[in-house]
Amino acid sequence: MSNDLKRYSDLAVGANIEPGKTYQPHTGSWRMGTKPEVHLAKCVDCMLCWVYCPDTAVLVEEDSFYGFDYRYCKGCELCAEVCPADAIEMVAEEKDLPEFGRITGGSNEDSR
Amino acid sequence: MKTAVKEKSTDLKQMHLLTGAEAAARAMCQIDPDVVPVYPITPQTPIIQTFSQFVADGEATSEIINVESEHSAMSAAIGAATAGGRTMTATASQGLALMVENIYIAASMRLPIVLAIGNRALSGPINIHCDHSDSMLARDSGTIQIYVENAQEAYDFMIMAPRLAEDHDVLLPVMVCQDGFTITHTAEPIELLDDQDIREFIGDYEIPYPLLNLQRPTTQGPFDMHDYYFEHKRQQQDAMEHSPEVLNTIMQEYALLSGRPYEAIEPYRLSDAERAIVVMGSSAGTIKDVVDELRDEGEAVGLLKIRLFRPFPEEQICNALAGIPAVAVLDRAMSFGSFGPLYTEVSRSLYHSDVDLQNYIFGLGGRDLFPEHIKSVFQKMKTDRNNRSMQYLGLRD
Repeated sequence: MSNDLKRYSDLAVGANIEPGKTYQPHTGSWRMGTKPEVHLAKCVDCMLCWVYCPDTAVLVEEDSFYGFDYRYCKGCELCAEVCPADAIEMVAEEKDLPEFGRITGGSNEDSR
Repeated sequence: MKTAVKEKSTDLKQMHLLTGAEAAARAMCQIDPDVVPVYPITPQTPIIQTFSQFVADGEATSEIINVESEHSAMSAAIGAATAGGRTMTATASQGLALMVENIYIAASMRLPIVLAIGNRALSGPINIHCDHSDSMLARDSGTIQIYVENAQEAYDFMIMAPRLAEDHDVLLPVMVCQDGFTITHTAEPIELLDDQDIREFIGDYEIPYPLLNLQRPTTQGPFDMHDYYFEHKRQQQDAMEHSPEVLNTIMQEYALLSGRPYEAIEPYRLSDAERAIVVMGSSAGTIKDVVDELRDEGEAVGLLKIRLFRPFPEEQICNALAGIPAVAVLDRAMSFGSFGPLYTEVSRSLYHSDVDLQNYIFGLGGRDLFPEHIKSVFQKMKTDRNNRSMQYLGLRD
């Protein structure tokens, strides 16, 4: 949805917002230099990163961890901090990553 | 729906001897709201005390939430009303002051919470008796404010308040303000309606965006930047502007039910008056007696009682006071550094008239208003024309 500003008489009362009725800026642009990558070989699907992510940047497929939505990830590092398997690592923003930060095969030691 | 106004009951056997607080509590019991978050404070305490007894006795099924402060009471009320439950609370003075932060939020979230207020002076110095400074603190909060004269009006407007609050053209909190002690603690014979009539009159609680409606999830109370805050505040003004018409319809329906017709204002012996007093609250009763006495002596005096303060019924007041050469507005609250809040509203309403308008402050902290004071106001309207200074009744000066 585009950010066309609405007249007061066209808005829901009480500043209520129905799903899909708001402009959703890609707040991932707020990241300050680092972004998470995930080494899928280490991931144990505990989903703690999904629980802790203050946004909706941890993607899930079926009941399993899938990857990161960089459109909304603000680089807060909470996921890397809570990951009990050390599967998530913060890397430089400039680093080229596979889509959704999914590093397949090997461990993060190997990937260095 | 009954079609004719009922015969006004004069049979005292049909009346109940109740204080204003008990009358408000009885109204709440008959409305039987879903949630009532409350914290006691004089002189409102007998409202929630009586209501709690009704709940304890099984006469009402409301969930009473005993919170630790009025700030929490209004917070819980916001949560309950947002979730989709009919919500009422009661407070006074410092409690209302503590609530005010959240009352603004309730109004902006367009939550139809009904508040029973037992008007009491604000600290300091600390004082437990009546004036209107507490509800005037919430004047600009976006809450509809109704000031009543006696226990019967307190009961009647408590019954009408949820209908007004919940109307989808309104959706605003409503305060029914009764003077602390003078009304809250004074027993009067009042007439009650049947439970069934009230249930039919009020109907079901329906708000546009109940939070617990999982079929239609919404974001409630979001952050607004400079790009939308202004528009949402403008919506609140829209709701206020719609409310007098909605209230009129409700009062007309209520008259059919109760035999008691109401208006936003009550003119008393005003049509041929040459001097008139404007006032809100219980003092109107004393002034009516004085008006009667002076009328018997041939003086052309009258009273305009204002019930609805927010939104302010400017046009009705203009019409009611049209052609009356001298008007005195009696304020039971101060706005230090300016004139009384009721006076400033009335003077704006009468801007285009050439009325001689005076302002008196009276009754602060429960100071009595005696008939002699009222007579002196009517007298000075004759002898002290064009007095533009703020004057004080019953003050040692």
